[in-house]
Amino acid sequence: MKTVLGTLKSWGMGLITRPYIWGLFAIVLLLLINLANDPTYLEITYSESQGKLVGNLIDILKAAAPLLMIAVGMCLVIATEGIDLSVGSAMVIAGAISMEFLHDNPNSETLGAALIAVALAIGLGALLGLVNGFLVSVVGLQPFITTLVMMLAGRGVAKVITDGQNTTADSEPFRWIANGYVFGFPAVFLIAALIVIAVGVAVRRTALGLMIESIGINPKASRLAGINARALLMTVYIASGALGAVAGIFSVGSVMTVDVSQTGKFLELDAILAVVIGGTTLAGGKFSIRGAAVGALLIATLDKTIIFLGVNAAATPAFKALVIVAIVLLQSERVRNALRRRGFFARSRSRRLGAAQ
Amino acid sequence: MNAKNQTTARSNFAQTTLRAYRSMADFIQARISTLPTAAAIILFIAMLIYGEAKYGRILQYSTMSNLIINNAYLIILAVALTFVILTGGIDLSVGAVIAFCSVAGVLLAKAGWNPYLVMAIMILSGSVFGLISGVLVQFFNVQPFIATLAMMFLARGLASMMSTDPERLDNDSPIRAISTQWKLVDGPKVNDLVLTPAVVIAIVVLIVAVFVLHRTRFGRTVYAIGGSEQSATLMGLPVVRTKVMIYVISGTLSGIAALVYTSRLGIAQNITGLGWELDAIAAVVIGGTLLTGAYGYVLGSAVGALVIGLMNVLITRDGGIPPERTTIITGSILLIFVLLQRAIVRRRH
Repeated sequence: MKTVLGTLKSWGMGLITRPYIWGLFAIVLLLLINLANDPTYLEITYSESQGKLVGNLIDILKAAAPLLMIAVGMCLVIATEGIDLSVGSAMVIAGAISMEFLHDNPNSETLGAALIAVALAIGLGALLGLVNGFLVSVVGLQPFITTLVMMLAGRGVAKVITDGQNTTADSEPFRWIANGYVFGFPAVFLIAALIVIAVGVAVRRTALGLMIESIGINPKASRLAGINARALLMTVYIASGALGAVAGIFSVGSVMTVDVSQTGKFLELDAILAVVIGGTTLAGGKFSIRGAAVGALLIATLDKTIIFLGVNAAATPAFKALVIVAIVLLQSERVRNALRRRGFFARSRSRRLGAAQ
Repeated sequence: MNAKNQTTARSNFAQTTLRAYRSMADFIQARISTLPTAAAIILFIAMLIYGEAKYGRILQYSTMSNLIINNAYLIILAVALTFVILTGGIDLSVGAVIAFCSVAGVLLAKAGWNPYLVMAIMILSGSVFGLISGVLVQFFNVQPFIATLAMMFLARGLASMMSTDPERLDNDSPIRAISTQWKLVDGPKVNDLVLTPAVVIAIVVLIVAVFVLHRTRFGRTVYAIGGSEQSATLMGLPVVRTKVMIYVISGTLSGIAALVYTSRLGIAQNITGLGWELDAIAAVVIGGTLLTGAYGYVLGSAVGALVIGLMNVLITRDGGIPPERTTIITGSILLIFVLLQRAIVRRRH
């Protein structure tokens, strides 16, 4: 019993020193606010007739799926001291090509057609990432301006693909990705979670993550250590583009319509926020996929909370701003030191620091 | 004696030539960073000539007047972002701050507040947003991208809380007087050379910015911070004060831009200024300022703003370019300029 408690305690202490703990706190706080407004908010019921779980939490998970994808991609890019502003455009391009393909296709209801649409979308997203990666790693342009160009041009490309129309299509298998259920759970969240876990395993169970961090921490030293920065940069931008495309499939799949001027618009900002909330700094280096996932869940919870509380949706950004300011302040050295002096948190850590001095 | 004189003369000549060559090399070397700015000016002129040749009625009083009147706000924003980008920072909040200042200003004016007080409030509320960004960046070590992103969200959200409908200024409001049209040259038909107080404001902002950046200690500190913040601190330059100040300047100029824009349109809405930060960043980059900081000219940014404005005019005038292609064209021009800068920077190192 004692050992179990001990493990739990050390696990808890480990968690509390993570930067994304504040993100978790914020999610709990938001859910409590909602619960105070409506005591049944957290209820999840199983609908026999539809064979799925129904509840606000399920809605939040569904809404978080696209954001999880782009946040994870963004996290890898930011770790290399880069940034990818074009993920929103990757989303709209993916949506445009898949809708356009299914719209013209007489066999659009077949699984094969849906799979081709998915492959086309991910392929184009990856291609966009490839261009970004090429310009950043081979030509040596700044990531900010490169991906800004791709963000502007990408939305234009999406409009060219659909001739400026908001194309709709019918395809039950494609729709299932965003609206289907597996054992009552929303398929879209399960797919997203699987991809997040796969990326997490790929970067943390191999040396990949370490090499990505080394580029972000000191590109010169990592080159001297024999790390192929060019290939790695290409990889992260391609990954970001492809994940953006998956997010695009998720977000057009739910309505089976691509809105060429709105799909994915300004979502790159949400993704960057999610990454920062997760404790990854824009200066590159150490990154946390788990943190980015927490950030994405927080933003999805915040979005849903604001709608639930009946605040005008246009005012959402103001609340996001408050959350960002609060979290970056809590993560800042100045505030942490002030809190630590008052003995607020991480006592064991400060003692350790004291011993080191 | 004579021979000695000759040798001296010859060596003098050689030295002078060498010195002349060196100083010329130095001159070009020292000004190689002006190349992107020069390219922006050349592009602007080329676009003028192309437009005149292809569509006509470009190089005339009315078109030129409208180009400057319609883009006065963008010139001011580009100046604002030049300050920030020269230090190696970024300000994403300018567009949203414009929305906040415009909506707040128009609502206060409609509520019967003194219009001059309203104008001051519009500009100062911009400064406040800038101050918050600056404090976050400087004292809490928040990255400029995130700090100004937070201000962007805050300003946009607050503007939306105040109103989501287009708010219209009274036609006789003194705020609208900023866009009174002064006819300088009365041309045939409507081909007049027109100036507005707003344009004068933009030009004054530009001149003051040029003076501050190139002729004052503050300006040199801005460049020094962009070169290396650590070195600037070690040299004893007032880095802390300067860094906070540039965000305040950026916010204040956004407030002025809001005033200029609102006076011309007479309408304020919470979605005003969506994505203008990107236009302004593009203008600065086209004008030859490096996003890494320390290299660039504020005059170039103004040219960059005019290039973007003229491009929109040409696209409208062409009529054959589908609207969905316009962002591709903007993106391509931006890319070409960044590639050009890259080629120059690579040569320098």
